[in-house]
Amino acid sequence: MHDPSVVDLSRLQFALTALYHYLFVPLTLGMSFMLAAMETVYVVSGKAIYKQIAQFWSKLFLINFALGVATGLTMEFEFGTNWSFYSSFMGDIFGTPLAIEGLMAFFLESTFVGLMAFGWDRLKRGQHLAVTFLVALGSNLSALWILIANSFMQNPEGAHFNPVTLRMELTSLPDLIFNHDAQAKFVHTSIAGYVTAAIFVAGVSAWYLLKNRHVELARRSFRMAALFGVLATAGVITLGDALGFIGGQAQPTKLAAMEGLWKTEQAPMPFNAIAFPSQKDHVNYGVIQVPYALSLLVTHSLDGTVPAIDELERTAAERIRNGIPAVSALQVLSAKPGDADALAQFQAHEKDLGYGFLVQRYAPDVTKATEADIAAASRDTIPQVAPVFWSFRAMVVLGLCMLAFFVLALIYTMRNNVERQRWLLKIAVCMIPVPFIANETGWLVAELGRQPWTVYGVLPTWMSASTHSLGYMIFSLIGFVSLYTVFIVIEMYLMVRTIRRGPDDEHAPSPSIEPQAARLAGQAEG
Amino acid sequence: MELYATLQSIWWLLLGVLLMGLGTMVGMDMGVGAILRYVGRTDMERRVALNIIGPHWDGNQVWFILGGGAAFAAFPLIYATAFSGFYVVMLLLLWSMIIRPLGFEYRSKMPSPRWRNAWDWALFVSGFVPMLVFGAAFGNLFQGVPFHFEWNLTSFYTGSFLALLNPFAILCGLLSVVMAAYMGATTMMSGAEEPIYGRARNVARATAIAAVVLFAIGGFWVHGMQGYTLTGGPAPGVPQTPLQGSVSVAAGAWFANFHAHPALWLVPVLGFAGLLLGFLAASANRSHLAWWLGAVAWIGVIGTAGVALFPFLLPSSSHPAQSLTVWNASSSKLTLGWMLGFALVFVPLILWYTSWAFYVMRGKVKADHVAADEHAY
Repeated sequence: MHDPSVVDLSRLQFALTALYHYLFVPLTLGMSFMLAAMETVYVVSGKAIYKQIAQFWSKLFLINFALGVATGLTMEFEFGTNWSFYSSFMGDIFGTPLAIEGLMAFFLESTFVGLMAFGWDRLKRGQHLAVTFLVALGSNLSALWILIANSFMQNPEGAHFNPVTLRMELTSLPDLIFNHDAQAKFVHTSIAGYVTAAIFVAGVSAWYLLKNRHVELARRSFRMAALFGVLATAGVITLGDALGFIGGQAQPTKLAAMEGLWKTEQAPMPFNAIAFPSQKDHVNYGVIQVPYALSLLVTHSLDGTVPAIDELERTAAERIRNGIPAVSALQVLSAKPGDADALAQFQAHEKDLGYGFLVQRYAPDVTKATEADIAAASRDTIPQVAPVFWSFRAMVVLGLCMLAFFVLALIYTMRNNVERQRWLLKIAVCMIPVPFIANETGWLVAELGRQPWTVYGVLPTWMSASTHSLGYMIFSLIGFVSLYTVFIVIEMYLMVRTIRRGPDDEHAPSPSIEPQAARLAGQAEG
Repeated sequence: MELYATLQSIWWLLLGVLLMGLGTMVGMDMGVGAILRYVGRTDMERRVALNIIGPHWDGNQVWFILGGGAAFAAFPLIYATAFSGFYVVMLLLLWSMIIRPLGFEYRSKMPSPRWRNAWDWALFVSGFVPMLVFGAAFGNLFQGVPFHFEWNLTSFYTGSFLALLNPFAILCGLLSVVMAAYMGATTMMSGAEEPIYGRARNVARATAIAAVVLFAIGGFWVHGMQGYTLTGGPAPGVPQTPLQGSVSVAAGAWFANFHAHPALWLVPVLGFAGLLLGFLAASANRSHLAWWLGAVAWIGVIGTAGVALFPFLLPSSSHPAQSLTVWNASSSKLTLGWMLGFALVFVPLILWYTSWAFYVMRGKVKADHVAADEHAY
């Protein structure tokens, strides 16, 4: 059996390492395209300032990229090391997009990023531009395949359970790829990366403008970022709405948690703008509502309703009862593959197999599951409402703030007097952390809201984890936390240092390097 | 042969190709890291060494990532069982590997000698440890690993972490390290001038001989070792689980494939030939040839392990019948088929643009270029 605290620690470790990895990924996604855009302007216009712009931002890009690559390795390992049952149970489906990602995208991105950094003098202008575009293409294709894999966890399509091999297997790769959730999520997430990059570039440029340094570079960068940012933010919000629409149908429990819906209500449903959900009491405290708004937002009509938690728990209890015979039949099939009675029983209850697994947490022998066990398992089907509810609101509010900022930034940069709007520039600097927080809250909504499943409705999280000892988990958590803390300190330090030094210093080697390097050389030889 | 069994065999082969690619391409970068402190004595010499692989290490590393991804997709039970069973060792591999991108990218960003020295050690660790673990993992495959499955294929590893670092595994680990160092050394011979060149040449010659010795010792060791033989269970190409297997264990069984098909002896011969001719090529200052012979040696050495173990991928020492094989650990026919299609399209493409990238960056790295280039490591 699985030790519940090992499962919790495995979740904590995965969440920490994924959230951490996700600090660097969006900036890579967006910056790669911004670099391509800057370099395009350079190649088309031939103005040296744009080469300087592209090279300066690519320096910051690479500092960020290194940590993105490093922490991405962890993700590749972690499914196997900490979610071994998930990996063997879902690998037939889930492994495929990951492997294709490597073949199609990651090789492309990683091979050409080396040429992008080292090839300025070796490649013709057009060739180097093509290389930069291939890096952007590679990183974004990479995101596409990862999100296709993730969307299978959110909305499993294109797969079925094979009772002979005791695992889920692929039935259709096109169904897996053209999963509705995947399409909306890819666009929403990759454009969120463009927003992140646009805010980053705008913020750093604003800082230069405030300091009256590198004004030419900063003003042009700021303008490009503002234009890029307005379009991207509008895209993120539109696709976010579509994603909420699709996700709400695929995962009603997530939607109910996002909106804090405990009791099913008649249309038109009000929107809980502010509420303090209590998981224990199944009720919200301190509610401020907007009438009609929820029906409009999530069903795009006034007479639409969505199921609330009370109804969802009742449905889950039914499905758990129906899933129990599926699990017990499977147990027979494992020992006697092809047993006709067991196979018939399994097929009759197959669609609720995952719900049967859910109650196995409380009743290892599912045929002995009591009503109390079923009630506990059906309560488990509801994710933790408060963190999902608040993460969602934080993401939306921050997204709207960024839209407002970009609209203002675009207006003033088009009027050519953004340098004089010191208030706006100060806001721009303060905005730098905002997209990062919004990205992380978006991840939390998607993944906390998916609980208690690793693959929604199919495989519960509690079964998915590896059967490690508590000691192993504490060891690995301490290791990750210490390493990652050191990494972020170093990365932030180098980022800030590179920004402070700015683009000018780099052509002339700074005076401090040479004597120290010579001293080092002397020491090493002596 | 059934289509499914054919696909399974092809993916066994492709996984082998990826591991050979890993040994060659990642091995060369990690080899550079492992011998950096010996080959480069001054800061500038070390920078030159790092800039030889600077444009390529990131692309090369994808061989490793794709190896993991392909194992996940083509042999999910292997990926799941091995990665979780080898937990602590895998974490050491991972942690040493993830300091490597930072070592390359951040080392020369600060002038402080202490900073650079610290990163040089980090690059040493991140070159040495992963290759040691990579080889040691193979060593453990030969000896079997204590794991078993519950009725629903939840896996349990019942050994200790230290058991994975046994003498035979260490031997295989060292073989992998010296072969990586050889790849790194021949790469540096191609990309650097004296005095780095001469030191790299010494390393290449020494590691080639060391690898020959370690490979030979490993062969004798395996000869006396308990090997595994499939004795029953569902036939190849029939969908199955490891719960239905039947396996016997006997000394010398790992040589059974060679005895049955004597032509297979050519595979270990390839390993020895690559290393010995590589020694001669390095001695004769033919650095490119020496590098390619190193790649041949990787094919021979990993091929030898694969041939000896076939059809086993991960034998269980505690429950031999539940050993994982090419037939019971693979993905479904549909998945293997799709993946093969993608591999047939993209692997040639990858090889093509990787070669182009090496072509663009060909030639010797010179100290004055490194000093002048703001993007250099």
